[in-house]
Amino acid sequence: MDISTLTIASARAAILERRTSAVALAESFYQKIEAADKQIGAFLTLTRERALAKAAQIDAIADKGDPLPPLAGVPIAIKDVMVMRGVRSTAGSKILSNFVAPYDCTAVARLEAAGAVVLGKTNCDEFAMGSSNENSGYYPVHNPRDLSRVPGGSSGGSAAAVAAGMSVAALGSDTGGSIRQPASFCGVVGLMPTYGRVSRYGLIAFASSLDHIGPLTKTVNDAAILLKHIAGRDPLDSTSAEVPVPDYEREIEKPVRGLRLGVPREYFGEGLDPEVRAAVEAAIQKMAQIGCEVVPISLPHTRYAVPTYYVIATAEASSNLARFDGVRYGYRSPQAGTLSEMYRRSRDQGFGAEAKRRIMLGTYVLSAGYYDAYYLKAQRVRALLTRDFEAAFQRVDAIVTPTSPTPAFKLGEKCDDPLAMYLADIYTVTADLAGVPGVSVPCGESKEGLPIGLQILGRHFDEGTVIRLAHVYERARSG
Amino acid sequence: MSDNRQPITEKDVLYVAELANLELTDEERARMVKDLNSILDYVDRLNELDTSNVEPMAQTSDRYGIDESKAGTARFAYAMREDKTGPSLPREVVMENAPETDGAFFKVPKVIEK
Amino acid sequence: MATSQDTRAAVRAHYEPVIGLEVHVHLLTASKIFCSCSTRFGDPPNANVCPVCLGLPGALPVLNQQAVQFATLAAMALNCRINERSIFARKNYFYPDLPKGYQVSQYDKPLAEFGWIEVPATGGGAKKIGITRVHLEEDAGKSLHEGFPDSYDHTYLDLNRCGVPLIEIVSEPDLRSPEEAYEYLTRLKEIILYTGVSDCNMEEGSLRCDANISVRPAGQREFGTKTEIKNVNSFRFIRQALEYEIERHITVIESGGRIVQETRLFNSNEGKTYGMRSKEEAHDYRYFPEPDLLPLVVDAAWQRQIRALLPELPAARRARMMREYSLTEDDVYTLTRTQGMADQFEEAARAAKNPKRVANLVIGDLLGRLKAQGLEIEQSPISMKGVAMSADLVESGAISGKILKDLYDKAFERKEDFPAIYEKEKPRQITDTAAIEKMIDEVIAANPKQVEQYRAGKTTMKGFFVGQVMKASKGQANPALVNELLDKKLS
Repeated sequence: MDISTLTIASARAAILERRTSAVALAESFYQKIEAADKQIGAFLTLTRERALAKAAQIDAIADKGDPLPPLAGVPIAIKDVMVMRGVRSTAGSKILSNFVAPYDCTAVARLEAAGAVVLGKTNCDEFAMGSSNENSGYYPVHNPRDLSRVPGGSSGGSAAAVAAGMSVAALGSDTGGSIRQPASFCGVVGLMPTYGRVSRYGLIAFASSLDHIGPLTKTVNDAAILLKHIAGRDPLDSTSAEVPVPDYEREIEKPVRGLRLGVPREYFGEGLDPEVRAAVEAAIQKMAQIGCEVVPISLPHTRYAVPTYYVIATAEASSNLARFDGVRYGYRSPQAGTLSEMYRRSRDQGFGAEAKRRIMLGTYVLSAGYYDAYYLKAQRVRALLTRDFEAAFQRVDAIVTPTSPTPAFKLGEKCDDPLAMYLADIYTVTADLAGVPGVSVPCGESKEGLPIGLQILGRHFDEGTVIRLAHVYERARSG
Repeated sequence: MSDNRQPITEKDVLYVAELANLELTDEERARMVKDLNSILDYVDRLNELDTSNVEPMAQTSDRYGIDESKAGTARFAYAMREDKTGPSLPREVVMENAPETDGAFFKVPKVIEK
Repeated sequence: MATSQDTRAAVRAHYEPVIGLEVHVHLLTASKIFCSCSTRFGDPPNANVCPVCLGLPGALPVLNQQAVQFATLAAMALNCRINERSIFARKNYFYPDLPKGYQVSQYDKPLAEFGWIEVPATGGGAKKIGITRVHLEEDAGKSLHEGFPDSYDHTYLDLNRCGVPLIEIVSEPDLRSPEEAYEYLTRLKEIILYTGVSDCNMEEGSLRCDANISVRPAGQREFGTKTEIKNVNSFRFIRQALEYEIERHITVIESGGRIVQETRLFNSNEGKTYGMRSKEEAHDYRYFPEPDLLPLVVDAAWQRQIRALLPELPAARRARMMREYSLTEDDVYTLTRTQGMADQFEEAARAAKNPKRVANLVIGDLLGRLKAQGLEIEQSPISMKGVAMSADLVESGAISGKILKDLYDKAFERKEDFPAIYEKEKPRQITDTAAIEKMIDEVIAANPKQVEQYRAGKTTMKGFFVGQVMKASKGQANPALVNELLDKKLS
């Protein structure tokens, strides 16, 4: 069986029809990981024992002829920012290199309850802070489509694992674009649901009001399936919404004819790579051919999104990362003579450069005398950015843009200039700030064969429209 | 307006590093002065906007995905819980990750206090 | 010649102390404020923790509704205005017993504001002390700096207390003396106890108090520089610490120095405050709204529900008791020293024919004997029902005051309640005319002079004879009969 082309649907079918056992399927993926991951670096921890135990469980059910759970035996990978009981959970950071979580992330628990088999924890930028997975405290991830290039970040490991066929699907997290951008760099589908659609309980927090969990998959249909299982109210997360979960697998089959697509001019200005522009414009044309109405719109505050994001996200992060102090878990510096030394050295030694930079920036913008000028100001601009979307969604049903201004850049290319790295998020951060859902779906390749992603954004809690459009486009492109 | 910002100095970095409990090396400190200034220069463009009549938006969960037909306490009542006790973590599990423990307590270097 | 004490007093009189108090009170919820761990005190260390209160990565808070209810009830009892909408905020600082590196509290939009309570003013009457705000927050854990073999270089942490719900009650700087501060704390504790939201036990740490103190030249409007006193674990010590600190402030100022704004700890053994030796943490808490929690809405309907749960508060109760039982202010303060005593007294008073007599018996006969044996009202051998019964007996003349005292003594001796003692020991009252006449004869024979005086017209002497007969009969002679027969015999 060629596992590299397996989708959730086809993997599920193979197990149901007993063309393979769940254990054999898991083993095939481990073999693939063994062969390929040395070059890619997508995984930090493999959870063989747990995976095979789960697979065996599934096989036992199948052998008895009992009904199988909906994701029976489907191998998935989990970004290492989501904790799993009894499993090393590092958030890509050295400061948690020995941390074994005593509880499960709700989203992961839901997938496991549905029968999914977790192959391992994927590599990511430390605490999800980055756009290239070069900020991992362990090793960088290489783009399977071009090993000299970044896979994107911060969910680089999850995107690479799916793109390289080392897992059928994966979960990632998105705070400023960290699901969508690596999806676009690696040529896979990345879905960021509405804020509050999926519980954050068990997601190691970067920026609490901006963090989202979402799927990275080969097809839009797979993303819909995973979303169906992870979405929905969790009493353990106060920000988890009480909105009922539609059957997304049905939603994506609904027609798109007549849907209005907004094309914001601010996302097509300078800095956009001409090949990306060409691919995205072609995609939009295709959507028009399918029957969508294309409407030029403006999201006038777009140029303020990146600075807004970097004030709010770093402020929240500086507070969320305060718990990493060497007291109850995680790294404690051996040069910790006094309490003060313990704090300062554990944190300075345990955190990487980017994490420290963001902690410093976040601490600064919250500090006395600067709170109003920076944090409060940014939250006001956030309101303006959200208003832009609300106004746009009065006139259109979805917004289409490039996911990233360029295809995957080379490893090491942007390391020295943090600001340049931040600007890579320019098309994705707006959705996080407003809390609207967005998907990135492959829409072409550069001359060098590098994947290009099309981003579709939708109204709050209207994932249905977003994935419907993505699904239809995906079909049309391959058809 | 963006020229009004006071550049960050090494002293500022030291103060913020203290607040954040980070002991930066000399190299890191110098780097931080440069990086923070460059980022804040960019952030300053927010001052181009007049936001005097805009309410700050700290979260989306209090306005999206909310049942608007419910008023008052009922609107966010789902996010509160009843006063019922549940199981705590077994202590051995709690201490598994502890850098220093005697099995019952967490231990840290002495806090200097009279 | 002025003594140094007089000079000190004169100097002191030039300054006015300005005191504000911050009181933290544990709420008696079963589970913690943001997780379902138990709040039980005294459990083995670190037995009641979970990912949320331990501050593990990925954990999130969910608000305990009962904590909100208790906090609101307390705020109402303190005459505060309840803000329908309030916001939780993060207070960011590092300390080993603060797992998340921030405390979830409330900052610029607290649950309640603009309250007050009355305290007795020096010189009589009552004084209103403003309460700036009451807000909800979570407690931190316990740091143990001594008691272990390696305590010289280690601090031990018990995080059971992390996440226990607290209300912080901040007073306006309206207090003007350590005595007033003591009264404020006493009245505040009493009110909170009446609401039932906390057991206000300073020994167990369910009530803690920090004091802010400054002095200013009498008549000046601006406040002087203040210092904060922490780590004081009784109201008495707070009063003492404030006394010391006021003197210290005045001494420093008088000698031309300046008060340094700092936190000081009180050493109860020496009766002094000391500046904390450790480098003061930069108090930049970087408050910002807690993104993991939704706004707290206590709407008018819920407020009405909660207000209906308010019990009769101490001040109102005392006023009513004074009216209802015709008690003096002193009496009523004695009887309401604890809520338990007040409840029991009222139960007894209502059952008896003469509540005032019940009050007198409690104050006069019961409390004294309790104190002598070191007993609390709850441990009294004589129940309030018993007191009521004894009051009725005296009221009807069935027993005399002296007999009652005897019976009370026996009750305390044998640790039996009044009704049982009365049954066994009740004086068989002598109503036998012949017996009484015999006693009268004896008394008359023994006191010829007084008899002469009486027969000569000094009718007041009768009282003497009554007394003598009662004495001879050990108080058991029926007083009415004695009077009647004496009249006959003396005439």
